[in-house]
Amino acid sequence: MTDQKNNYLLDVTDLNSFYGKAQILFDMTLRINRGEVVVLLGRNGAGKTTTFKSIMGIVKPRSGKVRFKNKEIQSLPPFKTCGLGLGYVPEDRRVFSRLTILENLEVGRQPARQGRPAWTAERLFELFPNLAERRHQNGGNLSGGEQQMLTIARTLMGNPEMIILDEPSEGLAPVIVDQLAATLLKLKNEKVSILLAEQNLSFAKRVCDRAYLVYQGTVCHESTLAELDNDQYEKYCSL
Amino acid sequence: MGFYIVQTLTGLSDASSLFLVACGLSLIFGVSRIVNMAHGSFYMVGAYLAYFFIDKLPQGPFHFWIGILLSALAVGLIGMIVEVFLLRRLYHAPELFILFATFGIVLIIQDLSRWLFGAEDILGQQAPGLSSSINIMGSYIPQYDIALIIIAPLILLGLWLLLTKTRWGILVRAATEDREMTDALGVNQTWLFTSVFFLGSFLAGLGGAVQLPKGGADLLMDLNIIATAFVIVVVGGMGSIPGAYLAAVIIGELNAFGILVFPQSTLVLMFLVMAVVLIIRPYGLLGKEEAPEHDNAPAPESIIRPASRRLKTAGAVFLAVILALPAVANTFQLVLITEIALFALACMSLYFIMGPGGMVSFGHAAYFGGGAYFAALMVHYLHTPMELTLFLAPLLTGCLALIIGWFCVQLSGVYLAMLTLAFAQICWSIVFQWGAVTGGDDGLLSIWPSAWASNKIIFYYLAMTLCIGGILILRHFIFTPFGYTLRACRDSALRVDSIGINLKRHQWFAFSIAGIFAGLAGGLYVFLKGSIFPDEMAISRSFDFLFMVLLGGVNSLFGPIAGSAAFTWLHDTISRINLWQLILGSIFIVLVVAFPQGIAGSIGSRLNKYFRDPA
Repeated sequence: MTDQKNNYLLDVTDLNSFYGKAQILFDMTLRINRGEVVVLLGRNGAGKTTTFKSIMGIVKPRSGKVRFKNKEIQSLPPFKTCGLGLGYVPEDRRVFSRLTILENLEVGRQPARQGRPAWTAERLFELFPNLAERRHQNGGNLSGGEQQMLTIARTLMGNPEMIILDEPSEGLAPVIVDQLAATLLKLKNEKVSILLAEQNLSFAKRVCDRAYLVYQGTVCHESTLAELDNDQYEKYCSL
Repeated sequence: MGFYIVQTLTGLSDASSLFLVACGLSLIFGVSRIVNMAHGSFYMVGAYLAYFFIDKLPQGPFHFWIGILLSALAVGLIGMIVEVFLLRRLYHAPELFILFATFGIVLIIQDLSRWLFGAEDILGQQAPGLSSSINIMGSYIPQYDIALIIIAPLILLGLWLLLTKTRWGILVRAATEDREMTDALGVNQTWLFTSVFFLGSFLAGLGGAVQLPKGGADLLMDLNIIATAFVIVVVGGMGSIPGAYLAAVIIGELNAFGILVFPQSTLVLMFLVMAVVLIIRPYGLLGKEEAPEHDNAPAPESIIRPASRRLKTAGAVFLAVILALPAVANTFQLVLITEIALFALACMSLYFIMGPGGMVSFGHAAYFGGGAYFAALMVHYLHTPMELTLFLAPLLTGCLALIIGWFCVQLSGVYLAMLTLAFAQICWSIVFQWGAVTGGDDGLLSIWPSAWASNKIIFYYLAMTLCIGGILILRHFIFTPFGYTLRACRDSALRVDSIGINLKRHQWFAFSIAGIFAGLAGGLYVFLKGSIFPDEMAISRSFDFLFMVLLGGVNSLFGPIAGSAAFTWLHDTISRINLWQLILGSIFIVLVVAFPQGIAGSIGSRLNKYFRDPA
């Protein structure tokens, strides 16, 4: 764009985040276009979760900028970031275990956004049929896969333009991972932009367009998944 | 037969007001994680305001109930103001500091109530149309009691509907379970917290107002109810509203029938019930095990290191000053310094379980006062000599701590703290109510040291030897393998458990050791003062100790000493002024708002570098 502002949906520039005195992110920089599905690949402790928490405002970055829809959000509290249309699905799922599925969805509900139909519990139950049967059960009684589906559904209730998913395939049975991939592709068709963190490369290849390799708190390599250099991946991400 | 039915109904009607207070406390704690010490004060204000409104409103068929409702609304509003202007600034401060801010409110409301409503107990008005009694098989029960019995289940139903059928209720439950996630899902929790504070305070005010025709209003209501409310929350199960009702009914019935068995102190029965419930169901009757908090782990406490050479030199100089003091100080100053030393020992014992042990005790005065009373009772009834008394009193206090500690270590965190406060209040009420033995409010007098130690200077050296010795022994414990294990228990219960360490036993042991040394301080205190009063066991004394430790900083071993010196001086200075509780409360609040990360903590870290050995 000729304007100084760019056209990225999410633009993270030179983010530095700390836990106490320990620096976790070093000039983390990444950009996501509207409609794109992008993955952060990296080992445990590379800084993927901290990146997400810094974007959401759960961790306050010490320096750097996060722009979402051309608005600076690095100093906003999480609920305002969410209100702008950025949904977050955390790594450990964090289903409200003492609330029913329907109540969990209600917590996530936000007003519809212009030009898009609002997600309702019924529409989400079409996407996640397993949840429909158990709508009055407590979140704590669900299996791991069902909890993962519920957290995604709960975040969608906020009608986000973009969702951030932290290692969604972790700890799930292969057949559930297949379902998850199918779900994410459906969401992509619905024009929801997605940023996810993964360690499962084959899963990432099925759903993502582009990858950032994250190593020691910074991006070391960037490429489309189709052209991902195997040596680079081995160097930074393999276990 | 009629008599038993009436007693049962009386118990049920007592339970109503207890339930209102306890469920308000539980709601507020669930969402904000704030232990609102001022909750009992809100209850008291509810009673006073109801009296005022009913008195001023034009007489009519409804003026009584309108007065009660107005008073509850006013208290709800007070709660909201406290949340918006004070607590909202403190949500990121350490839990204990928030607790202090709310305790500051207790002190302020206490003095304001005395000023506005007078120190006289107030007899409540009767509800029009409900002022006569009903005859049940020859026994009489006031009609108003029946109204109270009906009110509580209605409110329980209303709360249940509110929490399960409205979006507000769902959000409150979600925030109770995981605040950070609720935030990330787009819920602005600011208004949620404020509204919960309003509702909780409203319920406390309502509780105080509805019991007005039965119990009236007095200035002791605030701290008396808060201890009972803690017991109800612990017995019923944290965060469970039906549990709170169940527990309130049990406690109410216990009081109604217990008075027939133990006329002096029904609180002893409350203790027994709580004990039985905690043995069978550690999380309370209807409580569930707490889900682990998702909030970021608290910053690790700074590591306690053995004294550096410079620090040891500083300590030696300090010791020399203490030894030389009688040469320059007058008797009054010596007594004050002895008092500081006694408090320092008591604080050190509190610090021992709070810092390395990670167990916050809201009721440490039970052991300080316990030691003092054991000593005083022995001298008074058995005429034991001072030497034997000072040996036996700490041991007996240790036994007391052994019993109380066993129950407390079954829980952790704030629940443990609530339990320590409840036990301390029970000990206090035994001493206060069992006048035939303990002298009650009049205390026990004329307890003096043995002849050889009756000289103030000699007693000064004796007290200093025992206090400094005690402090050094406690300090030594921190650097033994036992101390390391204790700190490991504090830092990660899970890991300690999985390498085969019996966490509860270590905590229990530490609790008892702390009791022994607090008891020693208490025993010495009796001989210093020559008398003992129940005040030394009261909640405010427990908070004095906590405040001394916090003032000195939880992370340093010198903290308790510095804190007790600063606090004793401050107390001595302001307690001569009128409305001094109001001033002290305001100081608490100002200090907490100005230094949310700790007072001595911030100063201490700056001083620290001067005491480090050069690398």
